[in-house]
Amino acid sequence: MMDILITDRRLEPVKEKVLAGARLDADDGLLLFTSNDLAGIGGLAHYARTKRHGNRAFFVHNRHVNYTNVCVNRCLFCAYSRDAADKGAYTFSMEQVREIAMAPENRRVKEFHVVGGLNPALPFDYYIDLLRTIKEARPDATIQAFTAVEIDFISKAAGLSISETLARLKDAGLEMVPGGGAEVMSDRVRQKLFPRKIPADRWLEVVEAVHAAGLTSNGTMLYGHIETLEERVNHFLKIRDLQDRTGGFSAFIPLAFHSENSRLPNIPPTVAFDDLKMIAVARLMLDNVDHIKAYWVMIGEKLAQVALWFGADDLDGTIIEERITHTAGARSAKGLTRTEMRRFIESAGFEAVERDSFYRPVNGSDQEGGR
Amino acid sequence: MNSLEYVCKKVAEGERLNTDDALCLYEKADLPTLGQLASHRRWAVKPEPVVTYVVDRNINYTNVCVSGCRFCAFHVRPGDKGGYVISKEELKRKLDETVALGGTQVLLQGGMNPDLDVDFYLDLLRFIKETAPIHIHGFSPPEISWLAGRAGLSVEELLRQMIDAGLDSVPGGGAEILDDEVRRRISPGKCDTATWLNVMETAHGLGLRSSATMMFGHVETPSQMFSHMIAIRDLQDRTGGFTAFIPWSFQPGNTKIDVPVASPCSYLRVVALSRIMLDNFQNIQASWVTQGDKISQAALAFGANDMGSTMIEENVVAAAGIRYRLPREEIVRLIETAGFHAAQRDCFYRILHYD
Repeated sequence: MMDILITDRRLEPVKEKVLAGARLDADDGLLLFTSNDLAGIGGLAHYARTKRHGNRAFFVHNRHVNYTNVCVNRCLFCAYSRDAADKGAYTFSMEQVREIAMAPENRRVKEFHVVGGLNPALPFDYYIDLLRTIKEARPDATIQAFTAVEIDFISKAAGLSISETLARLKDAGLEMVPGGGAEVMSDRVRQKLFPRKIPADRWLEVVEAVHAAGLTSNGTMLYGHIETLEERVNHFLKIRDLQDRTGGFSAFIPLAFHSENSRLPNIPPTVAFDDLKMIAVARLMLDNVDHIKAYWVMIGEKLAQVALWFGADDLDGTIIEERITHTAGARSAKGLTRTEMRRFIESAGFEAVERDSFYRPVNGSDQEGGR
Repeated sequence: MNSLEYVCKKVAEGERLNTDDALCLYEKADLPTLGQLASHRRWAVKPEPVVTYVVDRNINYTNVCVSGCRFCAFHVRPGDKGGYVISKEELKRKLDETVALGGTQVLLQGGMNPDLDVDFYLDLLRFIKETAPIHIHGFSPPEISWLAGRAGLSVEELLRQMIDAGLDSVPGGGAEILDDEVRRRISPGKCDTATWLNVMETAHGLGLRSSATMMFGHVETPSQMFSHMIAIRDLQDRTGGFTAFIPWSFQPGNTKIDVPVASPCSYLRVVALSRIMLDNFQNIQASWVTQGDKISQAALAFGANDMGSTMIEENVVAAAGIRYRLPREEIVRLIETAGFHAAQRDCFYRILHYD
């Protein structure tokens, strides 16, 4: 093992802890964020990442399905949501959902990632039908659907408890829950940017119920808007505490804020130093979460490759049709082929492993096969 | 091959590396380790937490070129459609705009156009100096050696005439990879390695400073890339005339070389190795023109200490389909959010003012 050279001497105690496998505290997290010794921080995160995953980096052949953009929350940072009466408001019919699930270009998709707005016109049965329709069309694919925010909303539409709602969704085909809607777990930020969204405690409660129902989920943080570094670190601690209790988080995904077409237009895009620090600090603070994702849609394909050396071990997936971040001005591709995903990982210097939703390797028997 | 520990120790102790050492780092060191080693050298050479940039524009006086380099998407053959030679009106407009935008220099480069003689070049230089109070960073070694050959002048005599007419410094372009086997394959019409180095040595001898570049990620091997760095380093030992080293990756769009573009990880490796190998260089420049805002900022953690030019105008990389735009305020923001002070510099890397 090579020594990790630290330019910023303040990080020496953090380095000692990382090498000893000891847990970092809030002060350590803050120190990492305020240090500009990016290569040193990257070295620490790469050490922790390599201990878990060696030289492997994962991706999944997934397809995003955003079933509606109608949303009662209208968060200030969101460029995607619409009111029901707005131009451009839409909700997929079951025919449209079936069409996507059955489309020839999606025939090898291993995971459908299904998220949407909080649309008050949709009855509980809509969600059940949505899951059943996809499952019937593609019984071999996994459905990762509905953030904790949606599950809370769906349970109200159903008039059921969270656990009963989850039991029925599971029965209809739900197999995993995505990590969105956590934003930044801070009441201050919530009041300013997403006052109508469920508060942090509720998000954690719903996710805890998801894990208790035997489903895994992801965790996320939306960064790069008005949050403070203390709020970021505190967010990590909340995720880590819940993970200590449940072990249900599969991956953590930092989400870089994009301001275009949102109601926060004057916030500049995140920079590489911040994107890479988020990945690295997530890896170092979240010592009980297996996977840290570099979400290429938000940080760009190139920086996502570099992020594999800064603590990330997963590039998410092919996605095929990304709508939400592109409405907010993302300049990345809308989707990538499996061949492209593999090439990105390999040319970054890692062994590419195509995985399913549960990080089991998928036999890549058709590597030549485009999507 | 040397052990990684051994080479890292050499870097930490400030010892000069050879090709074997560089190959060891290139092939065995992980990316953060390269960043750490390069940062170590960067802070030793440039202890101030400052990253510089220059405000200038590229002026490509002609795109007609007989060189026919296979990596070039910009040139037009003599007699073909789309060829141009810049007019004085156009040139004046560009100069006025550059001065109005706070620009301090122009990068003057063009094709090897057989219709243009020495007088055209000298006239061009004089016209610029008469029109604008601006530094002329002009004519890469292939242009100079080609023109000297056609005019029957020595490189030294041509450079003397150019200096008299207003030339202030020489850009480091056309170096590609300084290995004749590589040059025969990608740019057979362009000057060879010895000539490129000789033009620079002559220029330095006449008191002209210059930059040096390297274009990698096409047909070269890693060891040819490191030979390039060592050739430049040797010349710098003799003359001290190089201001900066600028590595960039080949952009294959619209060219005749069919290779995938170098990954951003390879780019950062090469930037780091440039800093580590070129121990007699003060400045290593990041290339946002080829890499974009994010990767060029990341390069500041891999040994780069300069963000290059605001590029009021850039045509050559754009012709290969790569069009990043980065206004001055954005360059300053990238520098500051990486923890450095931003400063505008001149062509000699002297700081003009801090932002």
